[in-house]
Amino acid sequence: MVLRAENVSRRFLRQRKGSNVFYAVRGATLALAPGSLTELTGRSGSGKSTLLNLLAGLLEPTEGKVFLDGTDLYALEDGPRSRLRNQTLGVIPQGQTALGALTVLENVLLPGLLYGLPCPRERGEELLDQVGIAPLKNACPTELSGGELRRLAIARALALRPGILLADEPTGDLDDENTRTVLSLLRRSADEGLAVLLVTHEREAAGYADRHYRMDGGVLTED
Amino acid sequence: MKLERVLPMKNLRRKPARTAALVLLSAFLALSVFGGSVMVLSLRNGLKSYESRLGADIVAVPYQARTKGSFESILLQGIPGMFYMDEKYYNKICAIDGVEAAAPQFYLASTSAGCCSVPVQIIGFDPERDFTVQPWVRERYAGELGDGDIIVGSELTVPKDGTLTFYDTPCRIVAQLGKTGTGLDTAVYTNMSTIKAMMRSAESLGFHYLTDVDPDHAVSAVMIRVAEGYDAEAVTGDINVHVRHVEASAAAAMLSSVAGGLRSVSGVIVLLVAAVWVLAAAVLSIAFALISHERAKEFAVLRVLGASRNMLSRLLLAEAAIVSFSGAAIGASAAALIVFPFGKAISAAMELPYLMPPLGTVLAIGAASLLLSTVAGALSAALSAWRVSRNDAGLLLREGA
Ligand SMILES: Nc1ncnc2c1ncn2[C@@H]1O[C@H](COP(=O)(O)OP(=O)(O)O)[C@@H](O)[C@H]1O
Ligand SMILES: [Mg+2]
Repeated sequence: MVLRAENVSRRFLRQRKGSNVFYAVRGATLALAPGSLTELTGRSGSGKSTLLNLLAGLLEPTEGKVFLDGTDLYALEDGPRSRLRNQTLGVIPQGQTALGALTVLENVLLPGLLYGLPCPRERGEELLDQVGIAPLKNACPTELSGGELRRLAIARALALRPGILLADEPTGDLDDENTRTVLSLLRRSADEGLAVLLVTHEREAAGYADRHYRMDGGVLTED
Repeated sequence: MKLERVLPMKNLRRKPARTAALVLLSAFLALSVFGGSVMVLSLRNGLKSYESRLGADIVAVPYQARTKGSFESILLQGIPGMFYMDEKYYNKICAIDGVEAAAPQFYLASTSAGCCSVPVQIIGFDPERDFTVQPWVRERYAGELGDGDIIVGSELTVPKDGTLTFYDTPCRIVAQLGKTGTGLDTAVYTNMSTIKAMMRSAESLGFHYLTDVDPDHAVSAVMIRVAEGYDAEAVTGDINVHVRHVEASAAAAMLSSVAGGLRSVSGVIVLLVAAVWVLAAAVLSIAFALISHERAKEFAVLRVLGASRNMLSRLLLAEAAIVSFSGAAIGASAAALIVFPFGKAISAAMELPYLMPPLGTVLAIGAASLLLSTVAGALSAALSAWRVSRNDAGLLLREGA
């Protein structure tokens, strides 16, 4: 499964600054292929998350197109596009994103509830084990540290065995050891055939990646 | 869809105090509309029954009873009244042009009798001349009304042995009247010779109700039917002009004062219900706006995981629907608990006739209130649900980072 951005741009209106139109992403072209881990680095505010949202079908590009295999993502209505995201894309958003009303394990199984294609409990437990928070499976998200929540989000993104994984700074709050655990987990996922995009500040990540991209003022370049 | 079944419940359970407050608020929606409409309907029903129960075009009572409103008290509140005039006035009334039929009645109040915790009105009538009591017999236990026999109102419990004792006079119950919602539901009816016997018995027991009138030649009220082609108002006027010491009232005029009271009470009820609804709907919409705001980031997360915009709306609406349905169920039950047992007391306090619609109608109103309140509760979340579905997931998650 290939996720491909073709010359996508995203313009925003901005109140302050000289011109009130500016590009968060400008003419980015990128393909995420199965089995490869693509690293995307760049300064804060350079447009990395915007590009990731464009790829995830969450933010409509103002120019350009995003294809999932042959399908033009934004030619689809919101309903089918959402369903496609649920079933083929694993997205790890920035920040802390667990649902407070659910336990850790329930959070991991949540994607399976959306369209009644449940993710087996064992699969959830196995994923929690892989990210090292299995003992917390019945805990409430408020009892978890930032790093633990981040790992929960990774497990959740993998729950429905997506073909593509989009990770926005998944190692943000993690210590060195856990950073390595997560990076090797992403690496292994790529080796198992996933197309992985890793947005990161981590220098160490470079060693795990097959391809390296930089984002600078909304402009994407391959290193 | 499984998510809508699971997540709203979990969200509600997570904040039990807030959920309870919202449920309570929704309960007021159903409580007010159910209770209010049953009351308004019962009052209307009561008025209708009052109208037909009166059964006479004109009622004539002694002047002093009229001014004290004693007759209305009997009818509306079931407060026993005793007032008398000489039989000669009855004869004079019969002589008035346009009076087709006139049925005398003789009133006596029981002491707190064995049957009832409060004194009941005993009404003596002449079965031959009566046209307002006997048409209301609903159930006959024995034969015709003879001496020593009584007919009881619908609210009196008939004892096993079928007798009630008034002033040491045991009386056989021969029939029971249908429910009217008026004060007459607690009255006891008997023929003239029996009530006069009771009166004498009362005197010998030391109750002296009649000081200046001979009980054998006294009446309390006269029920009058107007002949075809005569105007009841005009005949009433004639009686009042020609028969001194008597005050006649046209039934229509008595009804119109009750109808006026009913209109104003109904108006107040409708206003109260409307106020409760406006207030509850406003508070509920604000609450759901706050809830959706508080959970904006969680909605964005769901979106990232593949929830469509419509699903987000449905999640919030489901939460609102659960709250408003459980609230409505509680409110409707509470209304039933209040309206059924206390309806009588409420009507007594309002001094208006009150007759509950048939059970089927009440149940239908209950079901409609339940539905209406649930829909209203869900609708109060509609705007928030729409807003939630418009939110930009990417933006929200960036903010939360
Ligand atoms: N919805 C939006 N409206 C306006 N500006 C936005 C929006 N989303 C992102 N931006 C702007 O686009 C730029 C890129 O943001 P982002 O993609 O989050 O950067 P990064 O993830 O690289 O830190 C920032 O200047 C940000 O303020
Ligand atoms: Mg970012």
